[in-house]
Amino acid sequence: MLAIDVQGMSRRFGDYLAVNQLDLQIPAGCIYGFLGPNGCGKSTSIRMLTGLLTPTSGSIQVLGLELPRQADLLRQRIGYMTQKFSLYDNLTVVENLEFVAGIYQLARRDRPVRIRQLLDLYQLEDKRQVRAGSLSGGQKQRLALAAATMHQPALLFLDEPTSAVDPENRREFWERLFDLSDAGTTILVSTHYMDEAERCHRLAILERGEKRADGSPADLMAQMAADVYEVSGPDLRQLRQQVLRWPQIMSAAQIGQSLRLLVYKSAGWGLSLLQQQLGPAYLVEPVRPSLEDVFVERTS
Amino acid sequence: MLSLSRIHAIFRKEIWQLARDRITFAMIVMIPLVQLMLFGYAINTDVRHVPAALVDQSSSSAARQFVADVQASQAVRFVPDFTDISKAKAALTAGKVHAILVIPADFNRRLDERRRGGGRAIAQWITDGSDPMLGNAVNALRQMPLPQLSPTHREAALPPSALFEVVNFYNPERRTAVNIVPGLIAVILTMTMILFTSAAIVREREQGNMEFLINTPIRPLELMLGKILPYIAIGLLQVAIILGLGHALFAVPLPEQWLSLWLVTLLFILASLTLGLLISTKAQTQLQAMQLTVFILLPSILLSGFMFPYVAMPKPAQYIAELLPATHYVRLVRAVVLRDAHWTALLNDIMVLAAFIVVGMTLATLQFRKRLD
Repeated sequence: MLAIDVQGMSRRFGDYLAVNQLDLQIPAGCIYGFLGPNGCGKSTSIRMLTGLLTPTSGSIQVLGLELPRQADLLRQRIGYMTQKFSLYDNLTVVENLEFVAGIYQLARRDRPVRIRQLLDLYQLEDKRQVRAGSLSGGQKQRLALAAATMHQPALLFLDEPTSAVDPENRREFWERLFDLSDAGTTILVSTHYMDEAERCHRLAILERGEKRADGSPADLMAQMAADVYEVSGPDLRQLRQQVLRWPQIMSAAQIGQSLRLLVYKSAGWGLSLLQQQLGPAYLVEPVRPSLEDVFVERTS
Repeated sequence: MLSLSRIHAIFRKEIWQLARDRITFAMIVMIPLVQLMLFGYAINTDVRHVPAALVDQSSSSAARQFVADVQASQAVRFVPDFTDISKAKAALTAGKVHAILVIPADFNRRLDERRRGGGRAIAQWITDGSDPMLGNAVNALRQMPLPQLSPTHREAALPPSALFEVVNFYNPERRTAVNIVPGLIAVILTMTMILFTSAAIVREREQGNMEFLINTPIRPLELMLGKILPYIAIGLLQVAIILGLGHALFAVPLPEQWLSLWLVTLLFILASLTLGLLISTKAQTQLQAMQLTVFILLPSILLSGFMFPYVAMPKPAQYIAELLPATHYVRLVRAVVLRDAHWTALLNDIMVLAAFIVVGMTLATLQFRKRLD
């Protein structure tokens, strides 16, 4: 079953085409990522999928509801976590959650139980009387996720959820997302972090409003039209300038002490040919492609 | 269908936030207190003790007696003598005195003529006409009875009988505070109600809460209602403070028609809150909301009849005044508090306020869209 089914969705702002002919089929229960640089149409797409923006053309079905016509019905069934903390800084953790419970019309007698559950799940029990404004970044983010999942939505939208969070909290946060996914929640995450995108079941790479790739991270890496090598040796800056002039090289980027080369598969260069071209001064090692390589490949 | 649960959630959130916001909370009580003291004591249209210069050119005992009579009226207070008319005029220009009493050299002869029914004035007032209110106070001295210089002249000194008899049906002592205090309710409510709600929606937008809210099932009207409900209670509390203190400090009568007062005040509070919401949906920042509030507040003070009588204003100003809820409320509250009018006698203004609420609320709800496009 598809949680989101979109065909030919476009959105124009004046002369500017923010989203161009986007097709999306997102199965229920999946964690789906939107990966792309700022201004690639991630936010615009999410806003159309939540019914906040009307598409210029195309058809959108979310949880079986047709958008934007049935947007009001959809709101009760989706959760939305904004990039910037958007709960109330001058309310306590518990007050914020009670507010959200009221907004989503949870039955009055169920509220204490649900709130206790969430406080427990997101480790906010000892912060219940603390004002949201004085929580740490990670705590704020857990509170925001607790609020967004208060009404147990079937579909959760997360807009760059971990941009203000340290790596440890990010790991912990993703564990919670996998718990939710395991329980059947479909999750759509927008991000520009590769490590975050890599955790998704499936992802779409967006650039300038268009979808450049769609699939699981592993598939995308396997389908790469380039081989990846790490080259170490002297004068890497100069070497980079030099290899970029070769038509067989898709890209070259320095990573620490080595140069990461993407070589077109169609060029027919194996490891030995590349080594020959570079000369004996350089050590060449074939490596597994990363999602960043996929991203570079698809957007260059 | 409106959801009570959602309205209640917004309402309770506003109360929580309000309780934390000490400055706003202080304003709720301090604005009525300070303004009541300020306006109640400072605004006084019964002008007394206008500083005046005396130029006595006759130096007679009759003139001295006459001056004592004038001073006894309390309308003017003579500052130490000016023997010379040009010095007195200089003092008038400098603003040290606002009027000059010139007693001519032939004062005694003029006085005699007058007693025999002559028409010539016995002395001259030169007033600083630039402030009409001060000028009027001196003008009123023209009605002063003729100085009673000796018992033999008693009969002649009787004042001529007046053309009209004037009865003050309400406020027989003609105290200004009695008129000011109820009008002050209108000004204070306009100020606080519009100020608080005009920031209400803008604040959610500025602090980023709106991005969350628009993705929830909340409806615009629910948000509006939840936001204004707490302020109704605050408005009523302020009315109680003003009337209670007004009664204690300025002996302003307490209304007999409590129900009518409650009704018209509730309508006015709602109308002001609606106006605030309307501003809030338009303004982009809290600063803009504040500026728009002042834009409404100033005409509400000047044109509503609080400061100057509505009937004395030119027609165009009256039309503008009719558009302000404060104008209608000033009429209503003075009628209810000062004249014990029942609300059924005041249907016109009540209907206007009701219409204002319905139209304003509809506009505000339509203005506030959950769509971003």
